[in-house]
Amino acid sequence: MAMPKEAMTISRRTFLARSAGATLVMGLGTVLPGGNSSQAASDIATSGGSTHFSPSVWFVMDDTGAVQVNIAKAEMGQHVGTALARIVADELGADWSKVSIEHVDSDPKWGYMVTGGSWSVVTSFDMLSKAGAAGRTILVDAGAAMLGVAADKCRAEGGAVIAGDKQVSFAEIVAQGDVDRQFSEDEMAAMPVKPAAQRNLIGRATTALDLPEKTRGDARYGLDIELPNMVYAHPLVPPTRYGSSIKSIDDSAARDIPGYQQCIEVEDPSDVIQGWALVIADTFPAAMQAAEAVKVDWSAGPTASVSEADIHARGEELVADADGGTLFVNEGNILAAGDAAATTTTATYRTGTALHFTLEPQNALVEFKDGVYHVHAGNQWQSLIIPYLAAALEVEESAIVLHQYYLGGGFGRRLFGDQMIPAALAAKQLGRPVKLVFQRDADSRFDCVRSPSVAKFDAFFDADENLIGIDHAAAAGWPTLAMAPGFMGEGVDGAGKFDGFSINGADHWYTLANHRVRAINNDLAQDTFLPGWLRAVGPGWIAWGVESFMDELADQAGVDPVEFRLSILDASGKNSGHEPRAVKGAARLAAVLRDVAKRSNWGRQLPAGQGMGVAVSGGQERDKPTWTACVVHVTVDEDSSDVKVNKIWQTLDCGTVIHPDGALAQAEGATLWGVSLALHEGTTFVDGQVKDTNLDTYKPLRMSDVPELDIKFIESAEFPTGLGEPPLIAVAPAIGNAVFAATGKRTRDLPIRL
Amino acid sequence: MIKFKLNGDNVKTDSPPDTPLLWVIRDDLKLKGTKFGCGIAMCGACTVHIDGTATRSCITPVSVVADRDVTTIEGLDSAEGKALQAAWVEHQVPQCGYCQSGQIMQAADLLAKQSSPDDDDINTAMSGNLCRCMAYTRIRKAIKSAADKKGA
Repeated sequence: MAMPKEAMTISRRTFLARSAGATLVMGLGTVLPGGNSSQAASDIATSGGSTHFSPSVWFVMDDTGAVQVNIAKAEMGQHVGTALARIVADELGADWSKVSIEHVDSDPKWGYMVTGGSWSVVTSFDMLSKAGAAGRTILVDAGAAMLGVAADKCRAEGGAVIAGDKQVSFAEIVAQGDVDRQFSEDEMAAMPVKPAAQRNLIGRATTALDLPEKTRGDARYGLDIELPNMVYAHPLVPPTRYGSSIKSIDDSAARDIPGYQQCIEVEDPSDVIQGWALVIADTFPAAMQAAEAVKVDWSAGPTASVSEADIHARGEELVADADGGTLFVNEGNILAAGDAAATTTTATYRTGTALHFTLEPQNALVEFKDGVYHVHAGNQWQSLIIPYLAAALEVEESAIVLHQYYLGGGFGRRLFGDQMIPAALAAKQLGRPVKLVFQRDADSRFDCVRSPSVAKFDAFFDADENLIGIDHAAAAGWPTLAMAPGFMGEGVDGAGKFDGFSINGADHWYTLANHRVRAINNDLAQDTFLPGWLRAVGPGWIAWGVESFMDELADQAGVDPVEFRLSILDASGKNSGHEPRAVKGAARLAAVLRDVAKRSNWGRQLPAGQGMGVAVSGGQERDKPTWTACVVHVTVDEDSSDVKVNKIWQTLDCGTVIHPDGALAQAEGATLWGVSLALHEGTTFVDGQVKDTNLDTYKPLRMSDVPELDIKFIESAEFPTGLGEPPLIAVAPAIGNAVFAATGKRTRDLPIRL
Repeated sequence: MIKFKLNGDNVKTDSPPDTPLLWVIRDDLKLKGTKFGCGIAMCGACTVHIDGTATRSCITPVSVVADRDVTTIEGLDSAEGKALQAAWVEHQVPQCGYCQSGQIMQAADLLAKQSSPDDDDINTAMSGNLCRCMAYTRIRKAIKSAADKKGA
């Protein structure tokens, strides 16, 4: 149960707010708008409230000892609030039964707001640990004074300060003690946190706080929110994402539908929404019915005939051009290695279009009130969409507030809140609250899909058949270029930019004397659709090529695929790791690989038509790796060629596991996503749009397709890294490699269709 | 006007008779636990019980339920339903949670008809319910656990 809102406005002090903003910015590795400390600090309006203790924006404790932890991350199934609250509560010494969470709005005081990249724990851990530790320090000092003992004789545990057989509760301290104290930023930076051995919440089992309401139908998602006097808007999406325009609208057949009001064109100054109309009605059923009846005549944009094959063909052209792209990795001298090579092995891997298909369709409710646009919708990247909304509405960013709800699936789709724009423009135009809801067909056509991709690999061997280098070029639509160009990375030679969220994973942890990766933007993809960040983003499809090609090289060398990988996972040079997030480097990847090989009884004889495949990954980014190794056992039907996944083993090392059951749930879901993207779901572009828009032809994995899962986490006290995506990465190539083991047939296209 | 029973209460709606039951429940009668997913009865997020049988409300015209009993997640109080909801928490089934009302309503229908379903029974009954987070292994465990507890 959440505390009253007024509890949040009382008695905040500067130090943690400042350090919180700064830490988050540092965590993201770049200077970001919205994360500046002056805004965070501006919240410290009043001070000295005697009945609430809130030494940081991140939590408030009242004089009953109840603690509300403020969660600035989106809840989309990862139970992120539980994990983050346990970090705070553990350091604080709070009574977990008195801890609640609150998902906050987009006030600038929360700093830069994004939930993605499997970043939430890894980028919040230090900041939230220190916030809790600072609170504990204050409570212990105040409690010690009340008990009449020295602070160093006291400990904070279970919501009380304890010294020998005496104790005083946090509630009493907040009500009566002296908790008015400040730390400097330097003190905060140096704030000691508990040694791992003293933690009593982190790493222990618990029930996620959001579960009960999600089993009673009480959890509220964006789609569930209503406001008085609102109307419904039903989008009519044009034939191309870009460049379509409306020639005429004929709503004569809709006018007799009860509840139908009108059909309006969307004029978007931000240019995100091009060529849209909205059906406006009193109810959503009336809007659906009218949307069928209204006829819109569009002039289609220039990509109206583009197909999946066109996009792949363009990708193949681009990877074949030796001069194209941005240098993402350039170890040794790949050109010299190529010249010196006695033999070269070349392969091209492709992946197809995949949809997010969040089960909750895109929606947004917007109300203009007292000079502010209030947007009600679940969203993963508030700090990204607010500037777009400001441009669309032609207002200051301060005139926009996003109100957060549970997300009925995120998976990267809700990193871009583009559906808010037409809702907001309609609310502006109509002068009343507008609730925009997509039906599934338009939701899929408006999706920012995972781009089709092409990757080419050349492996160079000397005369003794030693591998001397790999040249890798990968071409795809770039989501970051389209939506958040400020996040583009710079090529290693300083020439050009790349989308890390499209190429990460190509900078893998294998040691190669000569290794080059070129990241190439597929311009036809970029022009045809809005490329999206789909769960596991770059590594989610990069690994398909990298890890399948490793298997090809192992097979060619006549070496077992596990042994082949271990031979180049030597943790030397740049692969030796770094403090604090990648300690021991590739040695940890080798360790999970050895573990999964042992547990799966790797190398055993199997009947004809069966096979086992292996693949590994270093997670989302080299800077914050999660180490994963996956073995898959498949049976391929001799007649139908159907691939049945019998069992999947994964060994995962994400450092300290904060919330073990939540971690396992994420790993289970991500692993099955890997299976689904490999074997079950997928679509193609036809005439400039995705062909499969609903579950009649778009077929994600179902209950009857679920293989046995055996997932293990390495016990570790290392820095915690992310988990929402990494367990997905190695699954598809492990399946492809298992299919090869079963059939001798190498699959180079994802999804796998034998 | 169409009258029916919703979670044991007499209710009525002025919506046109071809209005999908889903929207009558959600928007007229303000019970938001039943969800809109695909709109073509292939995801199961909209599952409710009509006279005790799991039904996709997104394609069911409200006229079909005239004078009949409709139960949603908010009104699920059968022994199976309660056992399932407890098992859903115990096994920490929901991730995003959006499909879970439908999953539980479908599973309650299964347990009402088969007190101890095996894996094939569960596959048959539950494969029409998409979980996009893919929490399937836990859904299966929770159904078996609820069946065991109810039988015990």
